Amino acid sequence: MLTFTIRRLLMAIPTLLFISLVIFLLVDFAPGSPMSQIPLTVPPEVRLKIIEAMGANDPLFVRYLLWLKQFFWVEPLVLFDTLFGTSHAHGMQRIVSWQSRSPVMDIIWQRLPQTLSVVGSAYVIGVLIALPIGIYSAYRQYSWFDQLGTFIAMIGFSVPTFFTGVVLILVFSVNLGWFPSIYDTSLRVTDWESFLKQVKQMAMPVAVLALYNAAQISRYMRSSMLDNLAQDYVRTARAKGMAERVVVLKHVLRNSLIPVVTVIALGIPTIFGGAIITEQVFKVNGLGALLINAIHGSDLPMVQTLTFIFAVLIVMFNLIADVLYGMLDPRIRYD
Amino acid sequence: MKLKTALLGAAATLAFAPAAFAERGADGNVKVLYSQAVSIMNAYLSSGTKDVEVGSLVLEPLAGFDNEGNVIPRLVTEIPSVENGGISEDLTTITWKLTPGLLWSDGTPVTAADAVFSYEYCTHPEGGCAQAARYEGIEKVEAVDELTVKITWTAPKPNPFTAFVGATSPILQAAQFANCLGTAAPTCTEQNFKPVGTGPFMVTDFKVNDVVELAANPNYRDAAKPAFATMTVKGGGDAAGAARAVMETGEFDYAWNTQINPELQSQMEAGGKGVFVSAFGTLVERIEMNLTNPSPDLPEGERSTAKHPHPFLSDIRVRQALSKAIDRNLLVEVGYGNAGRATCNLVPAPALYASPNTDCIEQDMEGAKALLDEAGWTVGANGIREKDGKPLKILYQTSVNAVRQDFQALVKGWWNELGVDVELKSIDGGVYFGGDPGSPDTFQKFYADVEMYANNFDGTDPEPYLAQYLCDKAPKPENGWQGENVNRFCDPAYDAMVAELATTRDMDKRGEIAIRLNEMLTKDSYVIVPLVDRGRLSAHSNTLGGVVLNTWDSELWNASDWFRIK
Repeated sequence: MLTFTIRRLLMAIPTLLFISLVIFLLVDFAPGSPMSQIPLTVPPEVRLKIIEAMGANDPLFVRYLLWLKQFFWVEPLVLFDTLFGTSHAHGMQRIVSWQSRSPVMDIIWQRLPQTLSVVGSAYVIGVLIALPIGIYSAYRQYSWFDQLGTFIAMIGFSVPTFFTGVVLILVFSVNLGWFPSIYDTSLRVTDWESFLKQVKQMAMPVAVLALYNAAQISRYMRSSMLDNLAQDYVRTARAKGMAERVVVLKHVLRNSLIPVVTVIALGIPTIFGGAIITEQVFKVNGLGALLINAIHGSDLPMVQTLTFIFAVLIVMFNLIADVLYGMLDPRIRYD
Repeated sequence: MKLKTALLGAAATLAFAPAAFAERGADGNVKVLYSQAVSIMNAYLSSGTKDVEVGSLVLEPLAGFDNEGNVIPRLVTEIPSVENGGISEDLTTITWKLTPGLLWSDGTPVTAADAVFSYEYCTHPEGGCAQAARYEGIEKVEAVDELTVKITWTAPKPNPFTAFVGATSPILQAAQFANCLGTAAPTCTEQNFKPVGTGPFMVTDFKVNDVVELAANPNYRDAAKPAFATMTVKGGGDAAGAARAVMETGEFDYAWNTQINPELQSQMEAGGKGVFVSAFGTLVERIEMNLTNPSPDLPEGERSTAKHPHPFLSDIRVRQALSKAIDRNLLVEVGYGNAGRATCNLVPAPALYASPNTDCIEQDMEGAKALLDEAGWTVGANGIREKDGKPLKILYQTSVNAVRQDFQALVKGWWNELGVDVELKSIDGGVYFGGDPGSPDTFQKFYADVEMYANNFDGTDPEPYLAQYLCDKAPKPENGWQGENVNRFCDPAYDAMVAELATTRDMDKRGEIAIRLNEMLTKDSYVIVPLVDRGRLSAHSNTLGGVVLNTWDSELWNASDWFRIK
C-alpha cells in the first residue's frame, strides 16, 4: 500500500506539470484581454502602459516559467515564512492578481473560509440526507417513499441552482423576510446571536447546494444498495435467520458503501472549487465567485492559479479515493 | 410622477434641516452594494469605475465636480480662476491653495508636497498609472510653500481642471506611498487596500472583490460629518440582485448602477422599500458607420483601412437613411426606461457643449426610403434593395449584452423594412473591447459595416473626446489597431477645428466649436448615429437621506452628507 501511494505520488508530478502547461496555454489562448476592463475614456497610450506594467505583454514561455517559479518556489517560501516568522521570501515577486494588484494566494486564503463553511456544510448535509434516502429507497423499491425520493432527486438534478436560488430569495427574503439574501462575509461568530445570524445567512445557499448534492449521492446509494440486495450472500444471511435490520444495515450497507465512498471522496475537490452560480446568487463571494470574476476580468494569474489548485486537489482526492477503496474492500489489494 | 418627484424633493428638504445639527457617527452603519466588487482603493492603479468611486470615500482630489458639473473645492480654499489670480493670464499655470489645518486620517498635516508626490506617482514611466491622462501636458508641479501647489503647463491650458480634480486624480499621502513608486506600485498591497486619506471615511477592513469596511475619519475637516459611524461596501452579484436588496428586501441602503429593464424597475418599485434615482452624464449608445471596406475578400492589413472606401456607406444618403429609419424613443422604452433618453448628439452634455439638434428623434421611414431611391438603390427581387446588381447587405456587430441584442433586433426590423438585408453579430465584451490587435473582432478593427457600443468622456470638457476623431487617430495596422476613430472619419475641416478648439480660451467660443464638431460627426455626416443618452440608475432606501446622484464625479461624492431619515 505504501509503495503504491508513493508511486502514485511520484507519477502525479509530471501529470501536474503537464496539466499546468495545458491550463496556462488554454487560459492564455482564450479570447479576451484585461484591456477590456479599462474604460474607453482611457487613451490608447495609457492603456498600453497599464498592460506593460502588468507584465501581460511578455512572451508566453517567460510568463509560464515565471509562474512556475512563483507557484512552486516563492509561494511555498512565503507560506513557510508566515508559519515560522522567517523572511526567506523577502523581496521576491509573488503571483499578483491583475485586478487587485495583490498576491493571489492571500486572496485565496481570505476566500477559503466562506467557501468551506457554505459549500462544505452543504456537502456534508447533502451526504447525510442522501445516504438514508438511498438506503430506504432501495430497500423499499417502487414504494411511495422511493417514488418521492426519485422525484426529489430529479428536481435536484434538473432544476438549475440559479433558479432555485432566486426562488428561495423571492420566497424567504422578499416575501417572508426570514433570511438575508446577501451573505455577510465580515460577520464574526462570537456569541449566540451572531451564531444564529450565521446560521440564517447560510440557510438558503446551503439548502440549494445540499439539494443538488443529495440528489446525486442518493441515486448512487440507491443503485449500489439494489445491486447488493440481489446478491446471494444476502439470501444466505436471511436463510441463516438473521434479523432484517442486521442484514440490511450490516451486510448490505457496508458492501454498498464502497463505491459510494469513492464518489463522495471524488466530490470533495468540488467543495474547494466553490459553487460558482450559487455563490454569485447569494453573494457568498467564495472561491467560485473569485474564479468567475477573474475569468470575466481576464485576470490570467488568478485564473491560472485557481484552476491549477483545483487540478492538484482533484489528483490528490483521486489518490485518496483509491487508497480508501483498498482499505474498505478486501478484494482490492495494491501490493 | 412629477408630483411624486416634487413631494420627494420637499420631503428631502425637510429632512435636511435636522441633519445640520447632526454629529459625526450618530447614525450608525450604512450599507452600500456594488454589483461589481471593489478590487483596490487606489484610483491610480485601476480605471474601474467601482474602484475609483469607493476609493473616493477615502482619497480625495483638491477639487471635485458637483452634480451639475461645476468645479467645487474639496481640499482647497477656493477654485482658482483668472479673476482671482489662481490661473495666470496666459493660462500656463494654475495655483491651488490648500485649506490650512487639514489633516490626514492618521493625524498628520496635508501639505503641498503630497500633491507633488501624487503627480510623480502617477507620471512615473514604469508605474502603469491608469489615470495618466489626467496629468497630460504638465511641465512641472511644485510646492511653492507648505500649502501652495503650482502646476505649470507646457502650453496654455484652457481647461486646467484635470490634474487633482475629480475622483480619478486624488491626492496620496507621500509618507505612506513613498516606497511605492514605479514598478513597486503594485506590490504595495497594504497601501493600496488601506490608503490614508482625507475623505469622510477610512478603511478598517478590505477583502478583495468582496467587502470593504469603513469607519468615519476622526480627522475629517467638517467636525459634524459624516453622520454615519461606519460604512459597509459589499460587492458581487448582478444589477437585479443589487436592486432587489434595496428595493424589495431592504437589506442595503444604496445600490450602485442598478441598470435593469424598465419592466423589472417598476416591479421593484412596488416593493416600496426604496427609490430609483437617475441622472444623465455623457454616456451615449451609438451606431458607428464604417467608412472603409470591411470585406473579407480584401487582403489582411487592407481590410477596413482608408485604402478602400466602403462600397455604399461612403454615400451619406445611405447613412442618413439608416439613421432616419430608427425609432429612438422606442429603443429607450425597451431598454432603459427612465434611465435613458433619445439623443442625436455625440456630446449630450454639459449644456454649454450640447447641440440643440433633434432632427433624428422622429422616425421617418418614407424619407429614408426616398433617400435610398435617390441614391440609386432600388428594391429588387425578395425585397432587398440593390444597385448595379449588388445587394444592400449590412453586417451589424456589437457586444453580448441583453439590451444591445434587443436593440439589434429592433434596428434590424426597421432596416429590413427599408429593404436592407441585415446580418447580426454579437461578440463577447472581453474580446470586443479587448483591443487585441490579433483578434478580428475588436471594435477598433471594425470588420463589419456598422457597430454599436457606448462611450463617454471623463470630466466636463469634451475636447479630448472630440479629438479622437482626427484623421490620423484612425485605428490601422501601423498603429496596432488602436484609437477610437473607428469610422476612419477624415475631414481636414474637422481637424482644423479641433486644433482651433485646443487654443481657444473663451468658454462660449469653446462651446460653439464643440457643438460644430459634434454636428460634423452626427447630423452633417451621419458617420456616428447616436441612439440613447444613457443615464446612471442607482437605488437607495427610503431611510437614506442626502443622496444626490452625480455623473460628473464619483457617485459617492457627497457620502459625507448622507444621513439616516428617522
